[in-house]
Amino acid sequence: MTQDMIVVEDLHKYFGSIKAVRGVNLRVRPGEVVVVVGPSGSGKSTVLRCLNHLERPTRGSVYIDGVHLEDRSTNINVVRAEVGMVFQQFNLFPHLTVLENVTLAQEKVRKRSKDDARRIALEQLTRVGIPEQAEKYPSQLSGGQQQRVAIARSLAMNPKIMLFDEPTSALDPEMIKEVLDVMLDLAQAGMTMVVVTHEMGFARAAADRVLFMDEGQVVEIATPEVLFSRPEHERTKLFLSKILTH
Amino acid sequence: MATPDIQAPQIQTQTATARTVSVWRQMPWWLLAIIGFLVFMAYLIARTPEYGETFEFVLPGIRLTLFITLVAYGIALVLGLFAGLGRIANNLLIRNIATTYIEFIRGVPTLVLIFTTAFVIVPAASDALGFENASISMTWRAIAALSLIYGAFLAEIFRAGIESIAHGQMEAARSLGMTYRQAMTYIILPQAIRNISPALGNDFIAMLKDSSLVSVLAVREVTQRGRLYAGSTFRFRESYLVVTFLYLAMTIALSLLLRWYERRIGKDAR
Repeated sequence: MTQDMIVVEDLHKYFGSIKAVRGVNLRVRPGEVVVVVGPSGSGKSTVLRCLNHLERPTRGSVYIDGVHLEDRSTNINVVRAEVGMVFQQFNLFPHLTVLENVTLAQEKVRKRSKDDARRIALEQLTRVGIPEQAEKYPSQLSGGQQQRVAIARSLAMNPKIMLFDEPTSALDPEMIKEVLDVMLDLAQAGMTMVVVTHEMGFARAAADRVLFMDEGQVVEIATPEVLFSRPEHERTKLFLSKILTH
Repeated sequence: MATPDIQAPQIQTQTATARTVSVWRQMPWWLLAIIGFLVFMAYLIARTPEYGETFEFVLPGIRLTLFITLVAYGIALVLGLFAGLGRIANNLLIRNIATTYIEFIRGVPTLVLIFTTAFVIVPAASDALGFENASISMTWRAIAALSLIYGAFLAEIFRAGIESIAHGQMEAARSLGMTYRQAMTYIILPQAIRNISPALGNDFIAMLKDSSLVSVLAVREVTQRGRLYAGSTFRFRESYLVVTFLYLAMTIALSLLLRWYERRIGKDAR
């Protein structure tokens, strides 16, 4: 039996008196795609951000490929290099070209040579479909292109896991598809992914399991067929009825 | 049919007047006035022996003024960067040391700090480090004082610059496995420094002016040479006008350079 890629045990995260996450458990197998859905403020982004310690859990444990993140002897930077993250606001580095955005961490964290980093960067930019934009600055690209650069930047590190935090929420409608297509390819290529999104079409097409969260807890987790057509819980039904009727 | 013929010239006259008014309003009259003063002073220096002799006596002080300003500013940049980083550090001790330094300096007048540094801090530091106190020249004491004072001011500029960079930049850098230091060095500081470069330039000009205060340590920079000349010749008017002229020429040149630079980075702001 292969080891789970991500294990979350009894995860709690409080911000002062606000209890954002209240006891989440989750296991993600290698190559599995888990899509997290739920109303805003349900704690889904917080759970995602605990997976690479952008937020430190108030209580509970996160294991990434067997490494316990809350262990004092764990070097979080080593773990983060294995866990790519794509943000809603892209967060590209505006003072660097597209190519430099993708090579910097390879050189500084992975300690690759300039030539290797450049070669891998161009491979990944080709993979996301924009190798010709390599010498431009992020502000010269469309939102969809910027988000694809952000994906290439993470992929260039050869991560074991990719986390997506509402990757299409800041995009104009006509650009959503180009980003989802890249993510779909990635899912089919066997990447372990946890995706927070409101794109139910993507969840149906790519997810192995869909996790529904509300008020900081996992309400229901199931295959997309089951969750979307025969949800068990009232809260899931209510949420789906609100977003699927249009 | 006749109406457009009559109206057209009217409109033209109006725009012409509007254009004249806007040129008039946008003209940098203040700059012309200052340049007028500088030209008039240059004329006096070239044409009258009183001003010419004063100028010749004071002018060599510029070298020392520029030397003190450049060296002190360089040290203050390093000091300010680290104090600014310390101010936002997670470490309680570091943060409090940086804050104490900054608030201490900000709470004491510049002139007082120059005396305190030259006659208390430098002697104490040289005792502690085993130097002979007397071997440290007043010039270096002046540099130490200006560095300490401006280090605190620049620290606040650096802090503000770092805090002006969106939090997502740090998160993106860290999520790629960069250390805090790498993220600061390659991602946050390059953007922050670009944002604060006009403020840093302003403080360079401010320091050039404040370097005149070290004349109280008898360092023979521009102001001190002016004072010496005025005292020995009783040419007070000539001395202080020449001193004023020299500072104004330097600061106006620098601030025009700074405006030009700001406009340039404003243009290709990404």
